[in-house]
Amino acid sequence: MDVEILARLQFAVTIMFHYIYPPLSIGLGLIMVIMEGIYLKTKNPLYLDMAKFWTRVFALTFAIGVATGIVMEFEFGTNWAAYSRYVGDVFGSALAAEGVFAFFLESGFLALLLFGWNRIGPKLHFFSALMVCLGAHFSAVWIVVANSWMQTPAGYHIVKNGPTMRAEITDFWAMVFNPSSMTRLSHVLVGTWLAGAFLVISVSAWYLLKKRHIKFARASLKIGLVVALVSCILQLFTGDRSGKVVAQYQPLKLAALEGVYETTKDAPISVFAIPNPWEDRLMFNIAIPGLLSFLAYGDFDAEVKGLDAFPKKDWPHVGLTFTTYHLMLYMWGGMLLAAVLGVYAWCRGKLETSRWILWFAVFSVLFPQIANQAGWISAEVGRYPWIVYDLLRISEGLSQSVTGTQVLSSLIMFSVVYTFLFILFIYLLTQKIRHGPEMKEEEETAYHSMEVYIGEKHG
Amino acid sequence: MASLPLQLDHIQFIWYIAFICLLIGYAILDGFDLGVGILHLFSKSDKERRLMLNSIGPVWDGNEVWLVTAGGALFAGFPDAYATFASSFYIPIMILLAGLIFRAVSIEFRSKQPMAWWRWMWDILFAGASLVIAFGLGVAVGNLIQGIPLDEYGNHTGHFTEFFHTYAFMVGVMTVALFMMHGSIYLMMKTEGEFHEKMRLRVNPSIIFFIMTYGFATVGTLIYQPHMVEAIQNRPYFFLIVVINMLAIANIPREIHFGRDLRAFLSSCVNIVCLLALYAIGMFPNLVYASNDPETLSVTIYNGSSSLLTLHILLLIACIGIPLVISYTSVIYYIFRGKVKLDAHSY
Repeated sequence: MDVEILARLQFAVTIMFHYIYPPLSIGLGLIMVIMEGIYLKTKNPLYLDMAKFWTRVFALTFAIGVATGIVMEFEFGTNWAAYSRYVGDVFGSALAAEGVFAFFLESGFLALLLFGWNRIGPKLHFFSALMVCLGAHFSAVWIVVANSWMQTPAGYHIVKNGPTMRAEITDFWAMVFNPSSMTRLSHVLVGTWLAGAFLVISVSAWYLLKKRHIKFARASLKIGLVVALVSCILQLFTGDRSGKVVAQYQPLKLAALEGVYETTKDAPISVFAIPNPWEDRLMFNIAIPGLLSFLAYGDFDAEVKGLDAFPKKDWPHVGLTFTTYHLMLYMWGGMLLAAVLGVYAWCRGKLETSRWILWFAVFSVLFPQIANQAGWISAEVGRYPWIVYDLLRISEGLSQSVTGTQVLSSLIMFSVVYTFLFILFIYLLTQKIRHGPEMKEEEETAYHSMEVYIGEKHG
Repeated sequence: MASLPLQLDHIQFIWYIAFICLLIGYAILDGFDLGVGILHLFSKSDKERRLMLNSIGPVWDGNEVWLVTAGGALFAGFPDAYATFASSFYIPIMILLAGLIFRAVSIEFRSKQPMAWWRWMWDILFAGASLVIAFGLGVAVGNLIQGIPLDEYGNHTGHFTEFFHTYAFMVGVMTVALFMMHGSIYLMMKTEGEFHEKMRLRVNPSIIFFIMTYGFATVGTLIYQPHMVEAIQNRPYFFLIVVINMLAIANIPREIHFGRDLRAFLSSCVNIVCLLALYAIGMFPNLVYASNDPETLSVTIYNGSSSLLTLHILLLIACIGIPLVISYTSVIYYIFRGKVKLDAHSY
């Protein structure tokens, strides 16, 4: 195999594995803040238990997120040295900002969050939770800005020629607010809230089914359901905006996402289809006429450029792009259904007795994970053949001095290490869930601690 | 562009200093927790090991962020150097990354299960990974000093087996010794009672080990890497750093003798600052030294940097961000000051 496909595969493996964790930490970060906020407001110790439990789960996802994230940072240089030289002036500043503004904030206050229950007062502890949550969100901001710049470059100019050619910033804010960055950022962030919310929903539903920690589970489930329902509705808008941006700036990607092989007016949206790579058409197509034209350009008669308008060698992998994109949409449907059913049962006061709804909720944890992964695959594979859209081809971004054997050996190493890591993660998560919210070990009740309010309440 | 306040070569120099400061921050902070990791297996009882782990518990994560930020600063400020460094040192970096993953995971997972085999497995992984990281960092520094063959576009033309030579080995061992010393002083500072006395006894051999390896590495540098000492020959006042370095090292056993652990730790920090300052002075202005043709092929802070505007943006980000980072890092170290105790939230 050649270096290019191996390097792409390695990047795909490492980024996909990494991307299991940051969405969970960002989403759980938000939920943690909500729970601790409610505790500060109501002084009900139940919410303190909830905050503590979900903070422990947060810490687990954060630790693996950091360890796998360091890999990503160095991989730009190890495997994509030519790309790093080309974009360093633009992309590097966003990455440096991420380090200074996001990671330090997150990791610093996490220490207080995890180890500070008995060392700092409740308000400072809540502040730490807020800072960790903010840091987690910031880290998404900068990396999505950097990635969006690769989709819709802005605020730069090209200098020099030949192998030393590179992009340099001319306008920092134009680079940060490039045409797709804020739209994509909102889409990504709402996706992370869904990941966090459905983990909470799933675990709480499982407790209710097993009749354990009932009070805890009921309260957690309600918070999870509210966040999930709101996020599902928000995602409708951010998704629509993202689609419009793709239509405007990356017509080839739009054609691949929607399976539009021929340029057409009043283009349909296909609800279900299987792309046929040999005949370049959709099989078993169930489509709504005109909807794509309307969603993309606000006009049922608008012309949508098809794949045929582009040279075939530049086409992204239509089957993969189309399928993952539609998979993401189906997963959104699944999440909406789970959230609506849960809220419906809650309103009828039957949250604990609707067993099949609870079982559905237990499995719903997979929906946002699959949606996040599939959405990113369609976004990144759809950018083919460009590493930076219309500027630099993927093949031009490779490290010149790295050989196929080297990449293959590191790819094997990452596959082994990550498989091992994933098994451990699942094992420890299960342990934490089985163990439940109660702390078995005797806890110090120092004066300056979160326990202070419980003390006040009981005496 | 004429309106930007600083000249290109000035801001390139400033960003070089900033990058070196990040490296110093990383070496001082992650240095002690890597050292604690290497020393981990020297303690046999579970309670001692938990004390050691929890002495770095709240801070190791934040310490690794310095590496991430130093990497980011190199990428942003000197993209050519970042690309050349990372693609040339492909295999060593992959080993380093594997080490960082295993280390993080072992800290997190070790105390989750009470079984002896479980804890031993993670203990060995934790200590092994810490050792590999420290040694690997040293080998990388040794190779950066010796230089690597590059072509005209900054691509490595050698083979990765060439990284393992005597000089790199000496610097690698010195780095391990340095972190062991630094870690043992940190542990002494953070513990009390019987364990504290044990660590007191362990500090002296680690100091002697460090001084020996430092001696070897210095002689090695003088004999094999004459380009590293040119700057000091040309500007004799840089020799002052060597003097401060020696005084700092000599001060460590003195402070320990008087039972002033914090001052011993600070002396050890000064030692690290001096070592990296000597590295930075010797390498300047090269970031990656080309062994085949140093004059024309080396990647320097002048030919490998970002544009004037980007360097200004970076400096602004650093001026806003770094005071924030330093203030809350200090607050966190202040809150977790004092001796380690095990409680329900410990590892």
